[in-house]
Amino acid sequence: MDFSFLQDSWELLLKGFWVTLRVFFASGLIALVLGTFVAVARVSPVPAMRVVGTAYVTLFRNTPLLLLLFITYYGLPAMGIDFGFFWNVSLAAGLYTAAFVCEALRSGINGVPLGQAEAARAVGMPFTMTMTQVILPQAFRLVVPPMASVFIALAKNTSLVAALGLADLAFRLQGLLRDYPSSRTAAFLTIAAMYIIIVAAISLVASWAERRWKVESR
Amino acid sequence: MRERRTRLAAVLAAGLLPLSACGDAGNSYDEGSGPDVEVEEQDFEAGTRMAELQEAGSVKIGVKYDQPGVGFKTATDDAPSGFDPEIGKILAAKLGIKAEDIEWVEAVSANREPFLQNGTVDFVIASYSITDDRRKVVGQAGPYYVTGQSLLVAKDDDSINGPDDLKGKKVCSVTGSTSIKTVEEEFGATPAGFDTYSECVRQLENGSVDAVTTDAAILLGYAAENPDELKVVGEPFSEERYGIGYSKDSPELCQFINDSLTSAFEDGTWAEAFDATLGKGGADAGDPPTLDECA
Repeated sequence: MDFSFLQDSWELLLKGFWVTLRVFFASGLIALVLGTFVAVARVSPVPAMRVVGTAYVTLFRNTPLLLLLFITYYGLPAMGIDFGFFWNVSLAAGLYTAAFVCEALRSGINGVPLGQAEAARAVGMPFTMTMTQVILPQAFRLVVPPMASVFIALAKNTSLVAALGLADLAFRLQGLLRDYPSSRTAAFLTIAAMYIIIVAAISLVASWAERRWKVESR
Repeated sequence: MRERRTRLAAVLAAGLLPLSACGDAGNSYDEGSGPDVEVEEQDFEAGTRMAELQEAGSVKIGVKYDQPGVGFKTATDDAPSGFDPEIGKILAAKLGIKAEDIEWVEAVSANREPFLQNGTVDFVIASYSITDDRRKVVGQAGPYYVTGQSLLVAKDDDSINGPDDLKGKKVCSVTGSTSIKTVEEEFGATPAGFDTYSECVRQLENGSVDAVTTDAAILLGYAAENPDELKVVGEPFSEERYGIGYSKDSPELCQFINDSLTSAFEDGTWAEAFDATLGKGGADAGDPPTLDECA
């Protein structure tokens, strides 16, 4: 197998890697913050909040990501809202992934024994405080493995943005296929390896977090 | 979208005018604004791919569908139009195959080699630059046209007059198409990737990117389609030699393609094909290029 194209292209590949990383972090941050809010809304005592939360998850979890990308990419600018290519697509990936973050986190919230919330309320904590001080810290450490899966899926989903104005890893792959048709297999393997690097890093962080926040057995 | 379609219809209608004026509708398609190519029967040696194709009476040719002037087809067109399909018709005629017996297949940049390797098409004539690396996996005869990478910008944009002005500018290039490498590495442009040229041009028209880069031939086609808003600037800064792709399994096709091109160069059908397609954008055919020797 011929990897000689790397000599000419490593710089461009690194640039593509960087773009992929940036989209991942931007959309990941949106997903984490928004997903947490939606999860809290779904378990809140206010019925209207629960409805909104459920509607959000139903809408965004059941819509293909590509469709969402088109909506933020074509739809928002058509309505006069344009954040530029990068944020338009990061927003779509973030909104989509937030629904999955919410559901993963909700299973964690439900896994925290009910007595915890009751005890918090008994000492007079309001709902938000109960959540932020008692429930969420325990919920997050319960859901590290499913959360890692959600973010791994996000990392790979970012490859859809290659057609929407960003020169990410998938875009670079297309360029390699064009310029080096004799090394196609090598080109595919190279790009795959770069995605694996991102995913492996997520897994590492996840297993570190799991060890760090391990729930002591009682 | 609607506006675009109307414009397209206008361009197509304009393309039909000279055809009806010349009075020789004959057996050509309605989209065919190129020269009427005489179909000829040749004696090919038995067992060659040429003899097989002539016997079959049809040929599959891969062309681009999204490059006005080069290879272009909308969903409502019967057959693609442009310089590449015209070259395909010339080639088919030399095999004794009429234009309506050609099976057109849409080729995108990334699938051209697999198409030839798997026999999905017999020829690829799709703004297919000849490169050493491609010649490792497929055959490429020609060139039948030489162009170069250039820049398409908005008509009222005076800040970009050539590749040297690209530093920090957002430049659109199509995924898997003419390398954006040069403008990125040598001129410091920021790449923006899209699936199709039409999307690139749309982004240029609404100001989201500053320039579109690819072969001058393709850009001229877009500039001709919308001369009030777009213009091609600067001298071409690379050399792209368009070749005709064929499968390495049939090396005898190379000499056949070269002979066909030579005769089209000499009897003027090549120049006619050019004037009827790319020439409409104001480009000059110039002298026919020198063909590479077949190995």
